[in-house]
Amino acid sequence: MSNSMLTPGVAPGRLPPQTLADNFTDLAPPLDRHEARVAADRCYFCHDAPCMAACPTTIDIPLFIRQIATGTPEAAARTILAQNILGGMCARVCPTETLCEEVCVREAAEGKPVEIGRLQRFATDTLMAAGVHPFTRAAPTGKRVAVVGAGPAGLACAHRLAMLGHAVTLYEGRAKAGGLNEYGIAAYKAVGGFAQAEVEWLLSIGGITVVTGQRLGRELTLEALRKDHDAVFLGIGLAGVNALRAEGEERAHVRDAVDFIAELRQARDLAALPVGREVVVIGGGMTAVDAAVQSKLLGAEHVTIVYRRGREKMSASEYEQDLAASKGVRIITGAAPVRVLGGDTVEAVEFAYTAEGPKGLSLTAETFLLRADQVFKAIGQSLQGVPGGLSTEGGKIAVTGPGRTTAPGVWAGGDCASGGDDLTVTAVAQGRDAAMDIHASLMGAGAR
Amino acid sequence: MANLASDFVGIKSPNPFWLASAPPTDKEYNVRRAYEAGWGGVVWKTLGSEGPPVVNVNGPRYGAVWGADRRLLGLNNIELITDRPLEVNLREIKSVKRDYPDRALVISLMVPCDEESWKDILKRIEDTGADGVELNFGCPHGMAERGMGSAVGQVPEYIEMVTRWVKQYSRMPCIVKLTPNITDIRRPAEAAKRGGADAVSLINTINSITSVNLDAFSPEPMIDGKGTHGGYCGPAVKPIALNMVAEIARSPETRGLPISGIGGVTTWRDAAEFLALGAGNVQVCTAAMTYGFKVVQEMISGLSQYLDDKGMSLGDLIGRAVPNVTDWQYLNLNYVTKAKIDPDLCIKCGRCYAACEDTSHQAILMKEGRVFEVNDAECVACNLCVDTCPVDGCITMEQLPKGAVDPRTGRVVGDYANWTTHPNNPAARAAE
Repeated sequence: MSNSMLTPGVAPGRLPPQTLADNFTDLAPPLDRHEARVAADRCYFCHDAPCMAACPTTIDIPLFIRQIATGTPEAAARTILAQNILGGMCARVCPTETLCEEVCVREAAEGKPVEIGRLQRFATDTLMAAGVHPFTRAAPTGKRVAVVGAGPAGLACAHRLAMLGHAVTLYEGRAKAGGLNEYGIAAYKAVGGFAQAEVEWLLSIGGITVVTGQRLGRELTLEALRKDHDAVFLGIGLAGVNALRAEGEERAHVRDAVDFIAELRQARDLAALPVGREVVVIGGGMTAVDAAVQSKLLGAEHVTIVYRRGREKMSASEYEQDLAASKGVRIITGAAPVRVLGGDTVEAVEFAYTAEGPKGLSLTAETFLLRADQVFKAIGQSLQGVPGGLSTEGGKIAVTGPGRTTAPGVWAGGDCASGGDDLTVTAVAQGRDAAMDIHASLMGAGAR
Repeated sequence: MANLASDFVGIKSPNPFWLASAPPTDKEYNVRRAYEAGWGGVVWKTLGSEGPPVVNVNGPRYGAVWGADRRLLGLNNIELITDRPLEVNLREIKSVKRDYPDRALVISLMVPCDEESWKDILKRIEDTGADGVELNFGCPHGMAERGMGSAVGQVPEYIEMVTRWVKQYSRMPCIVKLTPNITDIRRPAEAAKRGGADAVSLINTINSITSVNLDAFSPEPMIDGKGTHGGYCGPAVKPIALNMVAEIARSPETRGLPISGIGGVTTWRDAAEFLALGAGNVQVCTAAMTYGFKVVQEMISGLSQYLDDKGMSLGDLIGRAVPNVTDWQYLNLNYVTKAKIDPDLCIKCGRCYAACEDTSHQAILMKEGRVFEVNDAECVACNLCVDTCPVDGCITMEQLPKGAVDPRTGRVVGDYANWTTHPNNPAARAAE
């Protein structure tokens, strides 16, 4: 192997293949049967459990953990999946440390919550490994629903609709269904092709036709969809990426972090994936952490995350920040990029320290330079191609209640809709709830 | 360090912790290890008559009940008395006792219910140097089918008869081990006393089926698809044992009869409880079988510390709680307490609320932010919240002082008064 961590510029194969393979294995390995029983025994079966209230999909956590403790993980999986059909992925990617596990009473008691996320994975993995799909379809209703976007919101919506007996066409712009589960999360969080396996398992309920390569505003129009279907659900995510608005941003090797993450997830050979020796990631969310950590794991020598506000404002959880730190990523807060320096390719980024004032964030005169062979922009995504006739709110499709847009017969959920929090689990909840509302609307009052 | 030296019916041991007659005391190797680990005494596993020894099953002998984290709460066994030749046991007993003269060594015996058998076995053990004998009238499985063990222990007349033989043919201290598989434990104890027993030991194991194999539909432990009841022991049986010990300790007929307490002793605290209820020493088995012989070290250090803290001797502790064991009818009905939840210790699990709201008196309020508070106007002080709370000391019972008004009943807390004089009692007697 000719390249190493010290090879200048952007280069592939900085680490031996075995090291790469080790670096990208399961971040939180699955619990085995014994570990699961021990972990499950710690649950107190709380009344009106705080963990349940903290879960956007309101999974009955004490019940499923008790089902694991009594040796019936399959029943536990049913409890989980009845509320959250993507419970397998959520078990892997949910920031449980800021949701269910944060409010676990054993966190209060001992600073060590019940391992809810890992237990959820144990249950759902057990059921999926058995090849069991625990839900069946109701009698056909004769109603046809279009679901646009096969990400978490769209998949959850499509599954619930199919379960209720509707015929669903699931349109997806990319080559594979899964959305951010397939393209948008760090590889070590969902190893072994789990995202696709989960999609296949979900679709096995039947009644859902997936059509890929179909994008709203290109191959599809909302008008046509509305004409051909009894209802439409939009779960199109946020396809646009915010720009730095810093001078020199166009230089080569300045990229959107989401593209890098997607490329890495789809890569067959990690050794063929080029990465910089000096990597700078700009942003403070999960995307920034995913890009930074994976750069380091690919063999970048120095990786720095720079976020414009204070550490407490970062949307990446403390757990994610600690993960980044443990992998050797440096986090600089309170600084924003002002110029991207270099020739054709980036060589450095100039940052200015920021100050929080009454009028918001301003740049100070204090600046510093970071060497950079590669820059990843992770300062947020934006909604692209809002179909006419839909109102927006704060840059997202305006919705009320269970995802009703301003257009009759059109629902929306997930990252593209207002009122969410950019979490997979929230998207699942919104897709599911919209499906229930669509069902009620199609079948008339009293339908459940 | 408090002096734990024990003298139980003249049998001396450096501490009151003996290993009960059971699998751990079946042979020299184990008993030597037990003494080395610090056990004060050993009751050698039950010897039978001379001749071909009994045989055991060759499949599993034990079943179990577990708590959280697979902690063993109860054990059940179908092992019989020693399956080794009598001569081997006798030789080993002699050898061990010679090397550990300061430790107690008592021999457990079970032979057929006839005078000759008992006379013979007593002669055989005479020169082993053992300190005493324990008559196994408790074993509830296997041997009972052959008219021994609990089959004898369930008939007070047999107990008296055999005990009398033993006292007649031996000068050794005689401890009669009782079975709990009877209705009133006082009757066999009285019989033992009448027969001249120096002491009783209790409880032996309880008839039990610990689990059922839900694939093979057989009780467990399962032997080739079948199961039989075994003897239940371990932490789960302690409450039953404590009650039986207390009944004997406080009964006018048996008061003063020395008791060796057995049943789920796992920590020094369990042992102290038995002693307080009148046991002169304790015998342990399941704790050793679960954790090994080293557990005795915690029992020794814990009991010593407790006695030091209290400024008591071992003798002061023995029987100390007996006067406070009474009948329900004498409990003070004017003792009024209310549960109190310490908000600083509360971890907001809400189990007290669920228990009270669903199954008791709706006396716990769940307030904004999962703040749990007791409503004194509904609280009957049942203690269920205390028992279900996972945090030790978070919920306590606070006594209402005399003269205070109980907000539940509107009554002023008065002086001691019990059921015998209560107006609702049709048989009430006037206060004397």
